[in-house]
Amino acid sequence: MDAVTSAPARIILICSGKGGVGKTTLTANLGIALARLGERTVVLDADFGLRNLDLLLGLENRIVYTAQEVLAETCRLDQALVKHKQEPNLALLPAGNPRMLEWLTPEDMQKIVAMVAERSDFVLIDCPAGIEDGFKNAAAAAREAIVITTPEVSAVRDADRVIGLLNTRGVEPVQLVLNRVRPKMMASQEMLGVEDVTDILALPLVGLVVEDEQVIVSTNRGEPLTLNGNGSPAARAYQNIARRLRGEDVPMEDPSKQRRGLRARLMNRIRKTTGLI
Amino acid sequence: MTLFDFLQRLLGRQKPSGTMAKERLQLVLAHDRSDLNPELLEQMRREILEVVQRYVEIDIEEGDVSLETEDRVTALVANLPIRRARPLPALVAAAAAVGMAEKPPAEDPPAFALPHPPEEEAEREPD
Ligand SMILES: Nc1ncnc2c1ncn2[C@@H]1O[C@H](COP(=O)(O)OP(=O)(O)OP(=O)(O)O)[C@@H](O)[C@H]1O
Ligand SMILES: [Mg+2]
Repeated sequence: MDAVTSAPARIILICSGKGGVGKTTLTANLGIALARLGERTVVLDADFGLRNLDLLLGLENRIVYTAQEVLAETCRLDQALVKHKQEPNLALLPAGNPRMLEWLTPEDMQKIVAMVAERSDFVLIDCPAGIEDGFKNAAAAAREAIVITTPEVSAVRDADRVIGLLNTRGVEPVQLVLNRVRPKMMASQEMLGVEDVTDILALPLVGLVVEDEQVIVSTNRGEPLTLNGNGSPAARAYQNIARRLRGEDVPMEDPSKQRRGLRARLMNRIRKTTGLI
Repeated sequence: MTLFDFLQRLLGRQKPSGTMAKERLQLVLAHDRSDLNPELLEQMRREILEVVQRYVEIDIEEGDVSLETEDRVTALVANLPIRRARPLPALVAAAAAVGMAEKPPAEDPPAFALPHPPEEEAEREPD
């Protein structure tokens, strides 16, 4: 690999504080989207107690080794990296397995991430929920971060705690993804608005993802929305985040104008009427 | 939104829940970020009012000391409507009580940022 000539990898922590707001879904979709844009990408599942990233990527049956074996030198790094079938630019590395008794230390995390970074353009770290040890380990090697939240009081409050911790650790930049936005509720002011959240958290917005049932469909299949050019609103949102991360100037989606793409609507119609696809 | 909620809002009786969410968050985050619980804040409020009252007559009912936060910077904001200044002898007594000699009282706007202890504000020379 031409590790020497390329720019240092972007090491991005994907975190939220509150659980279940969409970290793993974002990591999987962003990983695929970046890989499709030609970036050598590794997604690291730092949530090894409740491992899920493999499932979302459809790689659950292909895991043999984890970062733990690499660190113990019982296998090589390239043996532990699980390459995605359709998207060879993307590889998954689980930090450990759920039966593991002791946690990886922050030093372990720094070591393994440094090894992975040598051969990638992007390393995305899927952080466990909470702000305790799991978070601290996952954050140990991160250079920058994406905080993801939903427009709900508890999620925003927890995001604020995490942002405080990232600030004291000197992680920079920290950007925001607002997930599960419901345009109708926002329009009638029955939900925190986009600006409300960015004002309160004082972070730049890097993505806005609407509530989209296609997310569930894609999770069922183990095929992230960004994999097959699915035109659903969430798919486009994830693709746009990937492009913004690469420095492209992509205008932010307007939730009030979010309609399903023609292709997605058509596919959905066909799916419903025929039961096929 | 239920029809009942809708009517309430139409009649101006109820704020939309999104607005309430924002207001509640701003308050709770100001406390989270400063590590001051409401009880401590209340105690501080009482002590600040006590000090200010030595110098000016304030409207206790209208007085408000609260934490506000913007751009992740938290400030202690006091809004204390002044009825009138206290007569001079009372002021001298008040000044003596806090151990400063014959300095005239401050007429600063009653807002202090968190890093300043309140006393410092009161001691500042009028310009
Ligand atoms: N934009 C969206 N629209 C609809 N459903 C969504 C969206 N984003 C996430 N979800 C759903 O929310 C649930 C939680 O998502 P996910 O597992 O990615 O969250 P997480 O933050 O990784 O959770 P945990 O804290 O447990 O690791 C999943 O069922 C997922 O399908
Ligand atoms: Mg997760």
